[in-house]
Amino acid sequence: MLALAGCGGIQSATNPGGRGADAIYGLWSVFLVVCAVVWLLVMAALVWAMLRRRARHPMALAPELDSDPNTKRRLRRTVELATVATLVILLGLTGATYGVVSKIFPVHPRTDLTIELTGHRWWWEARYELPGTSASVVTANEIHLPVGADVTFVLRSDDVIHSLWVPNLDGKTDLIPGQTNTLTVRADRPATYRGQCAEFCGLQHAYMGLFVVAESPPKFDQWLETQRRPAPPPDNPDVRHGLDVFMANCASCHRVRGTGATATVGPDLTHVASRATIAAGRLPNTPGNLGGWVADAQQQKPGVLMPPMRLPPADLQSVLHYLGTLR
Amino acid sequence: MITFTEVSSLAVAVQLIVTIFKLRAPGMSLNRLPVFAWSQLVTSFMVVFAMPGVMIVSSALISDRLVTTHFFDTNAGGDALLFQHLFWFFGHPEVYIIFLPATGMVSMIVATFARRPIFGYPAVVTSLVATAFLAFGLWVHHMFVTGIAQLGASFFTAASMMVAIPSGVQIFCWIATLWEGRIVYRTPLLFCLGFIVVFVIGGLSGVMVASVPIDTQVHDTYFVVAHFHYVLIGGAVFPLFGGLYYWFPKITGRMLSERAGRWNFWLLFVGFNLTFFPMHWLGLAGMPRRVYTYPAGLGWGDANLLATIGAFLIGVSVLLFLVNVLMSLRQGETAPDNPWHAGTLEWATSSPPFVCNFPEIPIVPGPEPLWEERGERKLAYGLRGDVREVLVTHLVDATPDHRYTFPDPSIWPLLAALATTALFIGSIFTPWAIPIGAVPVAVTLIGWFWPKTPADEPEA
Repeated sequence: MLALAGCGGIQSATNPGGRGADAIYGLWSVFLVVCAVVWLLVMAALVWAMLRRRARHPMALAPELDSDPNTKRRLRRTVELATVATLVILLGLTGATYGVVSKIFPVHPRTDLTIELTGHRWWWEARYELPGTSASVVTANEIHLPVGADVTFVLRSDDVIHSLWVPNLDGKTDLIPGQTNTLTVRADRPATYRGQCAEFCGLQHAYMGLFVVAESPPKFDQWLETQRRPAPPPDNPDVRHGLDVFMANCASCHRVRGTGATATVGPDLTHVASRATIAAGRLPNTPGNLGGWVADAQQQKPGVLMPPMRLPPADLQSVLHYLGTLR
Repeated sequence: MITFTEVSSLAVAVQLIVTIFKLRAPGMSLNRLPVFAWSQLVTSFMVVFAMPGVMIVSSALISDRLVTTHFFDTNAGGDALLFQHLFWFFGHPEVYIIFLPATGMVSMIVATFARRPIFGYPAVVTSLVATAFLAFGLWVHHMFVTGIAQLGASFFTAASMMVAIPSGVQIFCWIATLWEGRIVYRTPLLFCLGFIVVFVIGGLSGVMVASVPIDTQVHDTYFVVAHFHYVLIGGAVFPLFGGLYYWFPKITGRMLSERAGRWNFWLLFVGFNLTFFPMHWLGLAGMPRRVYTYPAGLGWGDANLLATIGAFLIGVSVLLFLVNVLMSLRQGETAPDNPWHAGTLEWATSSPPFVCNFPEIPIVPGPEPLWEERGERKLAYGLRGDVREVLVTHLVDATPDHRYTFPDPSIWPLLAALATTALFIGSIFTPWAIPIGAVPVAVTLIGWFWPKTPADEPEA
């Protein structure tokens, strides 16, 4: 998942891995064939028209004001026929559209799992509602789903309009301030898919990515169980020092469950080390990248709302060690 | 600023409507009106109905920013989507406002270079009008992913599909005209043929994005970028180049170079397709719009490289056009009154035309007057030469109605325009520009419309 290279099609509408994307890809294929045939027919008519009376005519060629009535009638019939054919084709395509709409947008969608997804500049906050408990799991930019389950995203925005788009799973839906949208998806093929914000939302719209990990239900349950746990307490002095540095410098924006850090301005970091990327899919989650990100996030994502952290090198190392324990 | 430009386009639209309705040459009944004039008429009506939407939305936005109203501020009970509705109620008709005059140009050019009148004139004109009506019922197809109800979306899917019919009818009529005609290939026609090839692709990708499920995938991706460049560059810029090559001799009295024109066309045609065709694929392959960069390894690099190469070809083509214009203005071949032996009235006057367009008003015998007149041109007599008198004709059949004296040149309209400009530019910076700036606007308008007693009315 870290190495994007060689993962062609992990963010593509032509490589469906979910119910919605699959149905849309089928519909798209029908449209593509019909439209290609129509274009070829129109081009054939145009070429025929150009070849029919070809000669090097001079510009001063006397205009023809009348034409043979029989030719005129045949031509008129042809244009009328083409118009009716256009209507019939469009009605067919509209019917095919309605068929797919009723399939992928049921009036009362089934839901096995609900995820509240909130758009922020420029990252995604995902909150899993856990049935039967008041607890919830909060993570960022990496969403895990069980394959085969109907997962409903409850979409909100904290600032401007964003749009959730994971093309391999389904079409996109906007996250609009002051409004709640929903999107129900079902992943059919276990894989890691990439998505990104599809509505211009400011400076770092381009790097507002996310990953969706579709996995077997047992693996998903295991992941969710891990995510539910609070952060482990530090088990050595270096990590303990890291926690102190974190509390002094990072806790005003970030939350780590199980510590006193409860702010929700930036992403929840309770299990940050379990995530494959940082900065909304911008960088692989390696200690080097994380260190660079903490020191000066602007270098990687100019305009990002996280300020540079001028920490002494030893403190930076300790805080990185601490973050590394948040698995 | 948007309100400012829309006020000015409203003024132009009203002026065009009145001119086309009331100041036609005698005999130019509506069924003899050139298709280009029809397209301008229809477009002007669209401007009148579409522009208020964007004027309201830009005024509401600036008052949100300047005087703390809350039209779009969701924290204070405003609605972010209201902006989109108002904008697209203007924005969708706007694309037809761009496109319809171009189809009017194509109808003129195709007829001239096929050496015969346009096939299906009533169908072409009806298509223009039908497109204008349908254009106002499509705006929600720009908002399919905002969470609107599917029932509503389905209506806009059907309406968006149907708008393909009038465009299709126009294309069938142009092809029929070419089929019946004997084609003379000159640069203006090349651009129209290129337009048909390209625009049909844009129309068909438009049918694709009209379908809600497909749109949820390709909305706000490079697929849509490809689509609207195929309909707007293909549908408006190609005909516009054709129109420039066609009417340049009439406007300036000089011919553009035909040789440079062919290079201009082929470079644009190849460059355009190289730039925008790969974008269809890019959108499906997951590339969203409005990104300044993208991660390596998603496989989008090669198609973007092709697009960049194509964009350079487009640049060379447009530079070549500019050079052609400058060279032709200085040393181009002198244009006769009717270099294309065309049939419509503008080719009856000199190249470039007189300030008054026609020193003597011709009487129009048919839809292609210069092709149809037999013997000497019939002229209308009886207007005074010492004042700016024009002949006002009836709306439908263009029979003479009455003589009307235009006002003498006046400084007041210019002053009113300057005062309005000051008001709108000032309103960017402070709301006080509206009440304070309204004073000079009022003064100049009063000066403009101050009742004048005609000094020498011939018969009171």
